[in-house]
Amino acid sequence: MLRVALRLQKPTSGTVSFANNVTIGYVPQKIHIDPTFPMTVRRFLALAKIKQKTPFDVLLAEVGAKHVLDSPLHTLSGGELQRVLMARALIRNPNLLVLDEPVQGIDVHGQAELYSLISRVRSERDCAILMVSHDLHLVMSSTDRVLCLNQHICCSGTPEVVVSDLAYANLFGKHAASHLALYVHEKQHEHNHECSHVEVK
Amino acid sequence: MIDDFLLRALIGGLGVALVAGPFGSFVVWRRLAYFGDTLSHSALLGVALGFLLNINLTLGIFIICQTLAILLFVSQYQRQLTSDTLLGILSHGSLSLGLVALAYMKDVRIDLVGYLFGDILAISSTDLIWIYGAGGVALLGLMWIWKPLLSITIHEDLARVEGLPVDRTNWLFLGLIALTVAIMMKVVGMLLVTALLIIPAATARRFASTPEMMAILAIVIGCLSVVGGLLGSYHYDTPSGPSIVVAGCLFFMLSIIIPRK
Repeated sequence: MLRVALRLQKPTSGTVSFANNVTIGYVPQKIHIDPTFPMTVRRFLALAKIKQKTPFDVLLAEVGAKHVLDSPLHTLSGGELQRVLMARALIRNPNLLVLDEPVQGIDVHGQAELYSLISRVRSERDCAILMVSHDLHLVMSSTDRVLCLNQHICCSGTPEVVVSDLAYANLFGKHAASHLALYVHEKQHEHNHECSHVEVK
Repeated sequence: MIDDFLLRALIGGLGVALVAGPFGSFVVWRRLAYFGDTLSHSALLGVALGFLLNINLTLGIFIICQTLAILLFVSQYQRQLTSDTLLGILSHGSLSLGLVALAYMKDVRIDLVGYLFGDILAISSTDLIWIYGAGGVALLGLMWIWKPLLSITIHEDLARVEGLPVDRTNWLFLGLIALTVAIMMKVVGMLLVTALLIIPAATARRFASTPEMMAILAIVIGCLSVVGGLLGSYHYDTPSGPSIVVAGCLFFMLSIIIPRK
């Protein structure tokens, strides 16, 4: 779904349309940097094809990764890399930030920090967030609009609407639907369904 | 003082090292070693084509390498076979087809060993023009696409979303690699082309902190390998192409042993 929205893949049916003034900042799920590739964070940020005014250290400070400016990319930890990718996306001053499973493979503490970073970016930069996530707890607690995907769009709407939707109950089990707060983590691992959520300002 | 053929060999070898450094770096970064092998293995088919059409053999090799590069690029969109299987089929298929085609041409007698391991001492002035002409084009082309190619090497989708011409850049890069492989043939031969691409680049890695620095160091190490290999080949009467690769391997081992500051 994300690939279609980013126009990386043609939709099998339907069309993708954007408002005229949309600037997308894309944060990929993971990037693999071969250790043979000598690329520092500074250089990586400089490769973004845009003349930007904010100095890189200010930008990295915003995402909390100021200390890695001159580190080689392949030595960064998962959390650091996510922050750097976020900084790279922010260079473009996006009004739509697209995130693909931003916290995958990151420990619980780091996840919480990243999520608070994302919501800070949203409020400070006044920028819409489109994010794919398997984390039901997050999806239900801090989003404006949810799209529940399993091959097709099962249900969509505000979290309250989605939770009470029959399709959602079928997807995750009635039990989960009514006791979401309690059972969210077990259910998340049992079902490998993709839940995307969209935040719209 | 210095023999003509040796001078030509030196000039040709240095020219090839100059082109191989930057391209070799990308081959290492993008894990294209097997891809380079496949292109060079098809070179024999190019030689056959050269004889058949009565054109310059380097041109024949270039045409075949280019065709193969296009074939590989297009076939990466199919999902049935993994890319290494596909590369294996094309690599050995074209090598065998080349051998069969050459055997079929009764009036063509070639020095097979020369094509397999290079014949740098037999480099002619025409070869030199090819090496510097085509090599110059390849280097200029690479400089032109250098920045987008770096972005694509980091993350292709990210480059696409940021609006870089990903497909066009990849196409150009493949075409330029095919050109590089074609001119490297004469110096180290089809079996050793990949070695001259990746060994100097891999040696340079430990001492480089930027992509540009690695490419330039790879050029320097490649040139040193050519000089060392030719000297060794001259003094000990060893085959020149393999001697160059042996010299490169020695530099690589040295680079591992030298402690890092």
